[in-house]
Amino acid sequence: MNDNLYTYTLRIADDSLILGQRLSEWCGHGPVLEEDIALTNIALDLIGQATTLFEYAASVQNEGKTADDLAFLRYEHDYKNALLVEQPNGDFGQTMVRQWLFDTFRVLFYDALQHSSDTQLAAIAEKSLKETKYHCKHSSEWIIRLGDGTDESHTRTQAALDQLWRYSEELFFMDETDQAMIEAKVGVDLAALRPLWMERIQEVVREATLTIPTNNWKQQGGRLGKHTEHLGFLLADLQYMQRAYPGMEW
Amino acid sequence: MVTVTDIWHWLEDVSDPEVPVLSVVDLGVVRSIKLEGNSAEIVITPTYSGCPAMRVIEEDIRAKLADHGINDLTVTTTLSPAWTTDWLSENGRRKLKEYGIAPPENEVDKSVLFATPTVVPCPLCNSRNTKMVSQFGSTACKAYYQCNDCLEPFDYFKCLK
Repeated sequence: MNDNLYTYTLRIADDSLILGQRLSEWCGHGPVLEEDIALTNIALDLIGQATTLFEYAASVQNEGKTADDLAFLRYEHDYKNALLVEQPNGDFGQTMVRQWLFDTFRVLFYDALQHSSDTQLAAIAEKSLKETKYHCKHSSEWIIRLGDGTDESHTRTQAALDQLWRYSEELFFMDETDQAMIEAKVGVDLAALRPLWMERIQEVVREATLTIPTNNWKQQGGRLGKHTEHLGFLLADLQYMQRAYPGMEW
Repeated sequence: MVTVTDIWHWLEDVSDPEVPVLSVVDLGVVRSIKLEGNSAEIVITPTYSGCPAMRVIEEDIRAKLADHGINDLTVTTTLSPAWTTDWLSENGRRKLKEYGIAPPENEVDKSVLFATPTVVPCPLCNSRNTKMVSQFGSTACKAYYQCNDCLEPFDYFKCLK
């Protein structure tokens, strides 16, 4: 099997799955009905994207595993998602800041990945980009509304940005897997996306009257399977059914 | 002797499980049909990545062809070119409106912030004085609107391109 292509695909898939799982925790708890529906719609898109990516990863791996095996039957250190997406929902402001930092990255990432020489990754990116644009508009508008809203909403959104900013750098993490994929014209050079990402983030930050934290302390490790303590709890929920009743289908 | 045209015709009776007024042909999810002797291959594409209707659509297509004696059927899912609301047929747009769902309007790139929102006419009273309640509605493909004149809430089949 092509180890690099497998790992590369898995990292994209895990971002989608874990964030989709986080967002679906809002089901029935949204601040208003429309947002409850919006967050679960976005979760559905993300889990749909994850499904196609896991199917592809499983075919690249070629060990007879299914998309479900990859989604439900790996251990914590086998997941390669960025730390940002596993962070707890917190309040609605925290959920939106996490979403906006990620969506802004994902739009740029899929936009580049749709030109991949790997036709399946390119097709998934082309499809997912259209959906992600909607997500990004939704989260960006909320950041502006919350940041430039009441004292309370401003304070909370700024606190969320201060809390989550340390995880944003990892979205641009690259190692030898990325280098190999870039050389094969399969992968995306994330360093090239970073200034564009920063520009879009700053545009929204200005409108939202927020401040980008000056603390440059950054956290990373997720792409290599080293996670924060939050992922284990999330997986306990996510995997419960398949661990308790192996092979169960419905 | 069955022809590809016959199959297209049969599929006009297979409705989308979530928007039953539309057939899978109106919706543009059936991309191609091949027929060799008594064995057929149908290529479909999802509207949204997480669309939960895809499996049901596949099963309904199988059942429809089986009704006409074609049991040797391969259904393949393709992602590229990605589905767009431009593939919704004129017939489909008309049926949507009659059903009370506003058909997609041509929109600018939805990632653009601060743009003037698209005007979506009310499917019931045709007023252009409407407002978006939520970008996300009862299914992935719809947004939620309300008419400021007749006050009816309605679904909008949102533009995807």
